Amino acid sequence: MTAPDASAPVPPRGNSRTRRAWLVVRAMLREPAGWFGLSLVAAHLLLAIFAPLLVPYNATAMDAGAILGEPSMAHPLGTDHLGRDILTRTMLGGREALIVTGIGTPAALIWGGLLGIFTGLVGGRFDEVLMRVVDAFLSLPWILKLLVLVVTFGTTNAVLIPTLAFFFGIPVIRVARAATHEVVARDFIQAARARGHGRASIMMRELLPNVTGPLMVEGAMRWSWMLLAFSSLSFLGFGATPPTPDWGLMISDGRLYMTVALWGVLGPMVALASLIIGINLVADALAIVMRVDHSRRDEI
Amino acid sequence: MTRMILRRLLLGAVTVWLVSVIIFAGVEILPGDACTAFLEREAKGQLLANCRADLGLERPAALRYLDWAWGALQGDLGVSADGQESIASLVGSRLRNSALLAACALAVGVPMAIVQGVIAGLRCDGPLDYGISSLAIVSMTIPEFVSATVLILVFSVWLGWVPGIVVAPADYPVSAFFPGIILPVAVLTLLMVAHILRMVRASVIEVMASDYVQMALLRGVPYRRIVWKHALPNALLPAINVVALTVAWLLGGVVVVEVVFNYPGLGRMTIDAISDRDLPVVQAIALIVASAYVGVNLLADLLSLVLNPRLRTHTARRA
Repeated sequence: MTAPDASAPVPPRGNSRTRRAWLVVRAMLREPAGWFGLSLVAAHLLLAIFAPLLVPYNATAMDAGAILGEPSMAHPLGTDHLGRDILTRTMLGGREALIVTGIGTPAALIWGGLLGIFTGLVGGRFDEVLMRVVDAFLSLPWILKLLVLVVTFGTTNAVLIPTLAFFFGIPVIRVARAATHEVVARDFIQAARARGHGRASIMMRELLPNVTGPLMVEGAMRWSWMLLAFSSLSFLGFGATPPTPDWGLMISDGRLYMTVALWGVLGPMVALASLIIGINLVADALAIVMRVDHSRRDEI
Repeated sequence: MTRMILRRLLLGAVTVWLVSVIIFAGVEILPGDACTAFLEREAKGQLLANCRADLGLERPAALRYLDWAWGALQGDLGVSADGQESIASLVGSRLRNSALLAACALAVGVPMAIVQGVIAGLRCDGPLDYGISSLAIVSMTIPEFVSATVLILVFSVWLGWVPGIVVAPADYPVSAFFPGIILPVAVLTLLMVAHILRMVRASVIEVMASDYVQMALLRGVPYRRIVWKHALPNALLPAINVVALTVAWLLGGVVVVEVVFNYPGLGRMTIDAISDRDLPVVQAIALIVASAYVGVNLLADLLSLVLNPRLRTHTARRA
């Protein structure tokens, strides 16, 4: 990894936004971590989208004649303690998590990113106070913060998504603020100020494009953390509601029968682990391509 | 440097104070209080009013905050909502158990992480580095309930070497938690080693590429001497902060591991308290863990200030 230099221009340059995005992806594909991670994530996304058309069974259909059934031609990954097909449930098990984190991560990135850029730009008393509040929130364990809200207001997505987005946005404030500090003293910001541009215009037109690198890497990391958090909540019984097929929930159920029916946990474990590893590899490759040092990031 | 240290201390105190306000306000805003949790279905009419009067819940929030904060400062964390037990005595043994778990994980994990991180950093982009770094990504990202399940399956169910869960109650002597503690320590070690290792690796690479190390190499200083004398002291400095974050995480965030292994620490107590809506206990745990987080990070900051050779010469010159 090269020395951290968030202010260095992003190496792939292009005219339009889509072209730049494509160049970034192509540069990532040249990294071993990049192509492996991107293919894992892409495979998972495709599976999540098309799984309802492909699955052999109904995910919640119980079969009293096939309880904890071994893998067979009819059920390639066996059946669980209620006689449900595990292959079907594994294929569908990522959808809930991907929907929740797919909305939650961009939301966290947007509010945390904008607030971070703003406070990095204005500084002063506001910045001082906000940073203390951020510190205070970060010092509380993530699971305590999430659980208190989720237990009080229910484990529906309408509660989970905003809660996750709120708490995962807080560390983003720090990252965006630090990235803003790297650019804010430079000439083109002074020039924009001298031209009489307002704060909003400087934020959106001058700062935002210059902090997208660190923010994108942060976004990938946040996504993987949020996915882990959601699965952990499901595992503990506070995330996805049964009988929704969900990997965390399936592992938590399957664990109880692990000694007699190992296949119950195998599918969801491999699926969940491969998706999270894939996202982390993408984040690593993104960090290399965008020249961002993210080895010192903190948890939520 | 004294001013810097004083400033850090003050900031730490402000953060802990803010945390206490956030915890208290958060519990205030949420629907329900200690009485509705205690009385459950009967929480209405005279019974509820009596209970609130008993606990002094109808007094203004600001007053109750001051009471609570003043008590917490003196080590009195109030009483739990259900058993009317002193929280300090409830939390005490759990805190000790979590500290034991954390200490074991740190004792195993930190040396392992630093050695592997330095090796990977010095052999940057070699096969050894690829091996270590890939393993690190895997062990860091696999959810702890997945790795815990695999470890239980292999070492407890199949091989039968170690017990898969801890059966000792919270207030048993420390020796009662062995050998059940081995697997939870292993899971935590897997997670933390990867974090510290990656940090150390990046830091070693950065220092080895720096001008003064390159200069020493060109002047023909022996490689070993460069690594041990010049590179490592600087490269390991940032590790202090990551280790501090790890300690804070170990003390408060290992809920899943404690639940999986039935380990009676603060994490499992958190879950139980939240599920039972025992808000005074939740407040107390939150305050303890947050203070530990702030304290450990503060300690790490001060330690890096004291150990940083650049800052040392700076003050020496000034004096």
